Amino acid sequence: MSEPKKELRTLYKGELAGSVYQPTRAPEAQPFWDGCREQRLMLPQCTACKRFHFYPRKFCPYCDSREIVWVQSQGTGTIYSFAVVTQKIEPAFAHLLPYAVIIVDLSEGVRMLSRIEGSPDGVACGKPVHVTFEMLLPALTIPLFQLS
Amino acid sequence: MNAETICIVGVAESDEIGDLPNCSGLELQTQASRNALADAGLRKTDVDGVVTQTGGRMAAVNFAEYMGLVPKWVEETFVGGASNVSHMDTAAAAIRSGICSTVLVSYGTTPRQGEYATLTPEYADDFERPFGTCFPVGAYALVAQRHMYQYGTTRAQFAKLVVESRRWAALNPKAIRRKPTTIEEVLAAPPVIEPIHRLDSCLVTDAGGAYVMTTLERARKLQKKPVAFLGAGHSYTHRSIAQKEDITTSGAAISAPRALEKAGLGLDDIDVYEVYDAFTSQLLIMLEDIGLCKKGEGGPFVERTDFGPGGDIPLNTSGGGLSYLHPGAFGMFLVIEAVRQLRGECGDRQVRGAQHALVHGNGGVYFSEVTAILGAVA
Repeated sequence: MSEPKKELRTLYKGELAGSVYQPTRAPEAQPFWDGCREQRLMLPQCTACKRFHFYPRKFCPYCDSREIVWVQSQGTGTIYSFAVVTQKIEPAFAHLLPYAVIIVDLSEGVRMLSRIEGSPDGVACGKPVHVTFEMLLPALTIPLFQLS
Repeated sequence: MNAETICIVGVAESDEIGDLPNCSGLELQTQASRNALADAGLRKTDVDGVVTQTGGRMAAVNFAEYMGLVPKWVEETFVGGASNVSHMDTAAAAIRSGICSTVLVSYGTTPRQGEYATLTPEYADDFERPFGTCFPVGAYALVAQRHMYQYGTTRAQFAKLVVESRRWAALNPKAIRRKPTTIEEVLAAPPVIEPIHRLDSCLVTDAGGAYVMTTLERARKLQKKPVAFLGAGHSYTHRSIAQKEDITTSGAAISAPRALEKAGLGLDDIDVYEVYDAFTSQLLIMLEDIGLCKKGEGGPFVERTDFGPGGDIPLNTSGGGLSYLHPGAFGMFLVIEAVRQLRGECGDRQVRGAQHALVHGNGGVYFSEVTAILGAVA
């Protein structure tokens, strides 16, 4: 887990304070964000049909059951697709350039967006990855991935 | 065509398009609306329905007041770039049902001045934005990458669509990028988000646009040749790109067949295609989904097909979002060009004898797909 970089913290805060991005912080996702802070990737699972879903809802989008439990993910998956950001588009992330945004298929059968920690070298569709965490702000830790 | 047929009777852009630091979006929208009404031979007081997605929250009432309109009906569905294509269907439905008789659909934004950066965040954004996803471009890059991986599509195949776009733009005096280009030049442009490079991306311009719809009966008394709205199909498959199971197929595969069915036509009947082109890869995928070739064969299909003037399939005859203009949402300008083609007003770039046009709007990150079929009126 890497500590927040000062520049990132400042810039990201600047972005949060401005109109570019304000997280909605919906309560249904709180266990997810709490898990990240403890470096655990938590996913909602339906106890009726056993399917996981993401992003978090208080019901199962597949069978409509409202019996949801939170389960820790194995934190492994494969890259479904990726995109390498090479130019400054969002100022808060300019110091990371170039970096790879990924769509990852987690072993639990859900898909999420994330970023490869560090260099985008070697990133390809189908490659296995595992989770790591980064603290963006004291109140915001996010799951990133590394090539396995 | 019958008494139920609703027509487009006026179309126009704003007086100016490009980099306009002295214009607000509302001003550009008003210019375009004034011009579209003049094109139709209508007055402001003839308008009793107002549709727009731009102008702030409560977009339609904001704009109506700004321009000095007092409508009986408003609509402001915002589904990204496809919005103004979608609006043809709702405006036609409102007129058919008797709620109103003459609808002004308009659009105006100034993205070059930073407008559009302030979209209200939504829940799904919490799971995208903290990762530096740089959407929408990032989402289009994810889709392009997956298409390349799954089907072997190449950047050169995407790039050919820019070459074709410039060939049309050279014939459109209003187009911003009119110089011919080559596949090599497109490939050599600096990357934005790999695999999307600068010339694979649409322009960013300030602009307004508008069209006016009314009944065929009324349309026949106006000054321009009416163009019939023959039907539309819609598809809204997701909101976040990570929620779509197969990102290489868009909802155009649903909306296009539906629109053709409503119009009672097939692809063989279409003379001109106006298909959203925010990015070359997105356009190639739409061509597959509309049904011009099989899924995954877009690369070889684009390589062997001439989409330019006098070619096999006239595509984006204005030069499209890649070369003509692109003010955040291009759907409005697809409609404008299709109407001009079906009226036979396009001069050097006129597709001879064009009777039917397919207009396809794409919005957000491939989440809204709306296809509409327009026809010339004898």
